Amino acid sequence: MNKLKEVLHRLRPEFNKGGKYEKLRSTFDAIDTFLFVPGHTTHGGTHIKDGIDLKRTMFTVVIAMIPALLFGIWNVGYQHFRALGIESTLLENMIEGSIVVLPIVAVSYIVGLAVEFIFAQIRGHQVNEGFLVTGMLIPLCLPPSIPLWMVGVATAFTVVVCKEVFGGTGMNLLNPALTARVFLFFAYPAYMAGEYLSNGDFLWVAANRNDAVDGFSGATSLSLYGEGKVATASMWEMFVGLEQGSIGETSVLAILIGALILILTGIGSWRIIASVFIGGFAMGLMMNSLNSGLHLNNIYMAANPLSHLLMGGFAFGAVYMATDPVSAAQTNIGKIYYGLLIGAFTVILRVWNPAYPEGMMLAILLFNVLAPLIDYFVIDSNKKRRLARVK
Amino acid sequence: MLIANSLINIAVKSIFIDNMIFSVFLGMCSYLAVSKKVSTAFGLGMAVIFVLGFTVPLNWAIEKFFLNPGAMEWISPSFATLDLSFLSFIVFISVIAAFTQLTEMAVEKLSPALYSTLGIFLPLIAVNCSILGGALFMSQKGFTNVGEPIVYGLGSGIGWMIAIVALAAIREKLKYSDVPAPLKGLGITFIIVGLMAFGFLSFMGFELK
Repeated sequence: MNKLKEVLHRLRPEFNKGGKYEKLRSTFDAIDTFLFVPGHTTHGGTHIKDGIDLKRTMFTVVIAMIPALLFGIWNVGYQHFRALGIESTLLENMIEGSIVVLPIVAVSYIVGLAVEFIFAQIRGHQVNEGFLVTGMLIPLCLPPSIPLWMVGVATAFTVVVCKEVFGGTGMNLLNPALTARVFLFFAYPAYMAGEYLSNGDFLWVAANRNDAVDGFSGATSLSLYGEGKVATASMWEMFVGLEQGSIGETSVLAILIGALILILTGIGSWRIIASVFIGGFAMGLMMNSLNSGLHLNNIYMAANPLSHLLMGGFAFGAVYMATDPVSAAQTNIGKIYYGLLIGAFTVILRVWNPAYPEGMMLAILLFNVLAPLIDYFVIDSNKKRRLARVK
Repeated sequence: MLIANSLINIAVKSIFIDNMIFSVFLGMCSYLAVSKKVSTAFGLGMAVIFVLGFTVPLNWAIEKFFLNPGAMEWISPSFATLDLSFLSFIVFISVIAAFTQLTEMAVEKLSPALYSTLGIFLPLIAVNCSILGGALFMSQKGFTNVGEPIVYGLGSGIGWMIAIVALAAIREKLKYSDVPAPLKGLGITFIIVGLMAFGFLSFMGFELK
């Protein structure tokens, strides 16, 4: 390690202004700060309370995602062996899961960082750590059966169109990871939606679809509800995550550990996380009473409001996606409205829009779009209140 | 109950699902040009709601009682075979132009500040495609009672206003970001509108009972 440091130190002057490789400076900087703690501190901006910088913020988020990732890897293996009807140990599950999941993570990071490096090089920016989070979120919100080239296409699309054209980290309008998922959802619907999963010829673990056990159903709780059936998984199974779904989204338990890390370090907004859950629960209750009041006999409307919070990507979206500090509402009151609206709208979409059994990603995307407007109204009403006080 | 149900259906459909901007991309010129500030965007949005809310039912009545084949039978039985539907474009657009003139006069009187910021785009509502589009969609939908075109006109206008106000809020925020030089201005705005349409895709496929 020390040797590497010396090499980098010796090379540095070549990359500084006037040096031989001046043009490649941002690439050099990125490698240097990735390997070693940089000697300089952040200056300017809003870093008042603490020396926290972008690097530490982003690494904390990545750490908060590790429980979900580990559980996701284990669950992919577990579901794989369950589909084959074979008993398996923890280690076997992890190995099998890693074979499926790690290539997706690798593709997402390699493609995304390549695009980032190119943009930073051309525009003379520094490569910063923003993509570490996005690159981890993208695999976590995709189904494990996704072909790797799709991961690459979606990552490149989202980094260019959703992030770099707005000026890079901290400027984007929509959450980049979510945009990648929605892009795939609309561009290759058959791979993302439930139909392939539920009719049995496209199993969750793609590698072994031919020798799956008969009668093994690949449907997730959400897709069952979408077809008007009651989910077969129990509430406890949904909470722990012993069901199928996108890699990181199944286990509410692992996600809540991540949420705890985010809230305790002050990086994720507890206002958003709490209000998304409250909004979803309240709308679930409202659906229940609407259903019994109007005698609609709609199974999805009668679903236990708690199960809405446990199914699909609700918890994952609430904790990792909605809290994205860039695309969410910026004001404290705005954050509460933003969260409540996302939670409520997710349940509305799930129940009333049969085209999308999973409403979470589209609800967050819609309120990403409307978040600046929410902020505008909050600030405007603040101004009016204060003006009234002056008069 | 049945009528109220169908009216709510039309309102939700025209505001969100068939949104003038994100679903049919009508009225883009003033949408892109007047969306730099939320307050002006709000003003233009109100003007569009007003014009759509009045011209759609008015055009509906004119079409129903004068233009459709045999519509003028109520005047005299000899008109039973008369078909004036070829006049619909010219009639629709003149009704719209007259109403826009009225709106312009009202805005000038009531809010001179808004009048000066909207500038040329206020009289240009007359040729805003979302207004004529509203009238033409209306004639395709075959509304039966007067409530439906009123709700449809107001709903389309509200949908347009939500879209322009949301874009204006985003563009106000975007002032601080470092957009690549070739994309500054309209280029990035087009990309934003595309991404916003992504968000509004969530309404596609809604089933209301």
